[in-house]
Amino acid sequence: MTLETQPVVINFGPQHPSTHGVFRLVLTVDGEVVIDAKMVLGYLHRGVEKLAEEKTHIQNITFTDRLDYLSAMSNNFAYVQAVEKLAGIAVPERAEYIRVIMAELQRIASHLMAMGTFYQDVGGWGSPLMYMFRDREKILDLFEMACGQRLTCNYMRPGGVSMDLPPEFIPELKKFIPAMRAYLDEYEELIAENEIFKVRTRGVGILPKELAIDAGASGPVLRASGVRWDLRKDDTYSIYDRFDFDVPVGTVGDCYDRFMVRLEECRQSLRILEQAVRDIPGGPWINPGVRGNIWAPPGEAYAHVEGPKGELGFYLVSDGGVGPYRFKIRSPSYINLTALKEMTLGWKVADAIIILGSIDIVMGEVDR
Amino acid sequence: MTRIVPLDTARVVRELEAAVPGAVVEYTPDYIRVKLERLVEVAGFLKTTPGLEFNYLVSVTAVDYYPYYFELVYHLVSMPHHHSLVLKTRTPDRERVVVPSLVGVWRSAELQELEVYDLMGIVFAGHPELRRIFLWDEFRGYPLRKDYVEELIPLPLPAEPAAPLE
Repeated sequence: MTLETQPVVINFGPQHPSTHGVFRLVLTVDGEVVIDAKMVLGYLHRGVEKLAEEKTHIQNITFTDRLDYLSAMSNNFAYVQAVEKLAGIAVPERAEYIRVIMAELQRIASHLMAMGTFYQDVGGWGSPLMYMFRDREKILDLFEMACGQRLTCNYMRPGGVSMDLPPEFIPELKKFIPAMRAYLDEYEELIAENEIFKVRTRGVGILPKELAIDAGASGPVLRASGVRWDLRKDDTYSIYDRFDFDVPVGTVGDCYDRFMVRLEECRQSLRILEQAVRDIPGGPWINPGVRGNIWAPPGEAYAHVEGPKGELGFYLVSDGGVGPYRFKIRSPSYINLTALKEMTLGWKVADAIIILGSIDIVMGEVDR
Repeated sequence: MTRIVPLDTARVVRELEAAVPGAVVEYTPDYIRVKLERLVEVAGFLKTTPGLEFNYLVSVTAVDYYPYYFELVYHLVSMPHHHSLVLKTRTPDRERVVVPSLVGVWRSAELQELEVYDLMGIVFAGHPELRRIFLWDEFRGYPLRKDYVEELIPLPLPAEPAAPLE
């Protein structure tokens, strides 16, 4: 005898601890298996693209902090590069090094949050997240030392950074690097080698290589599917060509691979930091020719960076004014959700939660 | 260390003219602008032709050139060849805003076209599920248009004050 079950619609979110913000997913389930998934977005839509059209190029830096609020430095980095491209502004050597140091610290901080909350989604309540918060705190302290802000840094400017590093920054960073490396080894032992964790994540939510490229996935989500595509290597911006580092890729494209790619990327970021700390030159930290407002000539520019979540790009159109005519954000969190339906179909509800967690979305960037 | 180089547009236009004649309207070293009706053909050609192989659609967006037309901007990248191209197309004016959808060519367009529809009011013909993604369904107007005026929603009138207790 077979028992027929009726499909049931479950409303997952928008207020739910596992949605990483105000994300709503309407799941249709047959028993416990997901047969349809529909996203409902916009609970955090603030109209940043419209607001930015009314503001100047300099004022808009503060908006970028608030997109992906876990990686403000990377967002600053992408945006100031777009303005520099638009207005043709040169950047001094020291500023480039400071930017790379900040971007890589931010990558570690963002990945720590991603891994900690992901482990929480899988069911490891409490401890791992608290450990990772502890380490992220040290990075935020470094940010505070450099620019006075911990979360919404607003540190970079077209032509450089807003202020020089304080003298105690580099010694503190030198102490941080070996400590962080030891912690990462500990995490791999504690978390990634955990048998229950492996059973929960291996083979779950596979994103095939072809679909990942076609659906525009980027960042760790794309690389976990086996595509070696990292803009730091493949479209070298700033001074990334001076550093020696590897791009970790996954083989299967499941949740476990996405986790491991993030863990390994933290190690590679530490390698970059080591080299940057060794080589950082003295000199000016901002182009002295950039003072006050920037009048960019009419035209358009697209600049991107490899942010912690993926390819973060800014497309600016200028009409010669003091602000942008059109301000478009290519947000990786939003576009990485394109294949969410394919990834969740056929999995149980508990798996749908960890699949969403493994994509690592931040609603500030999805909804903008 | 490699860089994504912008592809020589003159070369792409030569190949396009042979395969999809009459599709290209204008081109500069920075971008190629094609006819609206031929957009899907051009996109399919750019994706599948050996030597071009634009397999990765980075970004879809629209710019409102008030009061003339809307311009659609597509940023394409080829992962195997490390080159990029900016493809553009225009609507005839600000009233006729139906644009063919590119979801059939690149899945990446799916969510991005929803965003353009929601905020700029461009209708993508052939999109599997065109709906408001960020704003609520009853929302009137398209905020990213330059002539958008915020609709002031009147506050409900205060209720009659309750009669004092005897």
